[in-house]
Amino acid sequence: MTGTELATTLTQVAALADPATMPAAAGDHGSFFLSGLTVFVLAVFVGYHVVWRVTPALHSPLMSVTNAISSVIVVGALIAAGPAEINFSTIMGFLAVILASINIFGGFIVTQRMLSMYKKKQK
Amino acid sequence: MEAYAVLAYLVAAVAFILALRGLSSPVTARAGNLYGIVGMTIAVVTTLSLPVVNSYWLILLGVAIGGAIGTGIALKIVMTALPELVAAFHSLVGLAAVCVAAAAFYNPDAYGIGHYGAIAGGSLVEMSLGTAIGAITFTGSIIAFLKLHAMISGKPLVFPMQHQLNAGLGVLLAVLIIWLTLSNAPLAFWLIVIVSYALGFLLILPIGGADMPVVISMLNSYSGWAACGIGFTLQNNLLIITGALVGSSGAILSYIMCKGMNRSFFNVILGGFGGETDAATAAARAGDRMVKSGSAEDAAFIMKNAARVIVVPGYGMAVAQAQHAVREMADLLKEEGVEIKYAIHPVAGRMPGHMNVLLAEANVPYDEVFELEEINRDFAQADVAFVIGANDVTNPAAKTDPASPIYGMPILDVEKAKTVLFIKRSLASGYAGVDNELFFRPNTMMLFGDAKKVTEEIVKSFG
Repeated sequence: MTGTELATTLTQVAALADPATMPAAAGDHGSFFLSGLTVFVLAVFVGYHVVWRVTPALHSPLMSVTNAISSVIVVGALIAAGPAEINFSTIMGFLAVILASINIFGGFIVTQRMLSMYKKKQK
Repeated sequence: MEAYAVLAYLVAAVAFILALRGLSSPVTARAGNLYGIVGMTIAVVTTLSLPVVNSYWLILLGVAIGGAIGTGIALKIVMTALPELVAAFHSLVGLAAVCVAAAAFYNPDAYGIGHYGAIAGGSLVEMSLGTAIGAITFTGSIIAFLKLHAMISGKPLVFPMQHQLNAGLGVLLAVLIIWLTLSNAPLAFWLIVIVSYALGFLLILPIGGADMPVVISMLNSYSGWAACGIGFTLQNNLLIITGALVGSSGAILSYIMCKGMNRSFFNVILGGFGGETDAATAAARAGDRMVKSGSAEDAAFIMKNAARVIVVPGYGMAVAQAQHAVREMADLLKEEGVEIKYAIHPVAGRMPGHMNVLLAEANVPYDEVFELEEINRDFAQADVAFVIGANDVTNPAAKTDPASPIYGMPILDVEKAKTVLFIKRSLASGYAGVDNELFFRPNTMMLFGDAKKVTEEIVKSFG
């Protein structure tokens, strides 16, 4: 199965499994866990297949780009820093926003720098 | 969460998958990076549009500060320092995970996972895992960075009872997680953070400097699993998917690195391996054995009259910053009608794919660069194998000596070439601490000196 086919399957399953309109309260966490687990397992399979296809010559850009996308944890940080009042939580969020932003900008830019160096033989 | 946000996050996740897919070839890779940027932008903009985010100035300040630092570093970093940079970046993700977990613990209402002091047990387990892995990644990556930056010794730091200590801390961590789950106690949360910081530090300290390719890949993987844990806690599929992608990626790279050294993952992680013997010891061991050494002119002459030369770069070339001189030498040889290829061993350098980036930076076309499996058969038809800054990856003891620490490791068959040229500073052993039989063979010529200086002298001899 190609990466795109797996991605399509993942999209379809996730759309079925995710109760998008159900508010998640503390007691509902169990039901999210099951759909989250489904998504997790499928994502691991997708990751496995997509990463094995990365050519060894590009393993360094792979590390820097995976580092950049793992900083999508900024989503959690933004929500923490979002409320208007300043408290411990918002400060933690603020800190995490800084850390994640360093990684996002740094990661994508250094990946771009690396990738622009790869040239084929001039005939 | 609002329906449109869930769908937007899904689009972002697909964009990330396509970003990794693009790395299957240098032709599609640049578009891949753009997909990654687009995915991240969608994720951020969607989050900012959520009703729970209603004060923007703090966020903008944070992004401005972080963005400026990240951009500055990324634009200025030299490619030889890539491994340190990646290690440092991993530490930031780890710490960010801990901060987000702390934010969620103290304000769970913002994420809809409960109220302070009354978060569901399941959420707390996920939070603990995300926090613990993030904290281990943070301190572990700092140690990796310091070792790579040579600020602490690359020698494995072993001390008695360390495995028992680590095991004990692991058990303590499990107990703390159970306590947190049952009690919602802030003390439990912070103890988990502190014990995990200690574990990260203690786990990486005993691992030697040249095992860092495996360590960085492992920490790359951990940063993914930490994001996953936070994703479960915050009930966010985008974090779970992305975390799983990154986690698998790091795990696969670790596996490839371990196979390249023929050591099991546990053997590497438990540490204590490796340490170079110095030049004096090596010379004493060599005793009366003859080593043919030559000058740059000799090397230039041999290579000019060759039909096929294969260059074998190693970490030493990176340290000496000799990659540009190597490419100049290759250009001159190509003008003389010599065919040049480069052979990269999977664990050459201090990070997967590091040699490839350094060669690309020196304007070596990527279609002249080959991996071990592709090029190993070509050595038999090669006139010259030019080994610069590499050692253990060429050592035939890996095939012949079951007692050797490197036995079973896949090696580059440079011994099959008609002539082997070794550029080394001395006869000192490599990371594995073993002598290389090849130095004493009759068809080997040693070129003693700094990799960059020797190569530049060879270039001069052409002109």
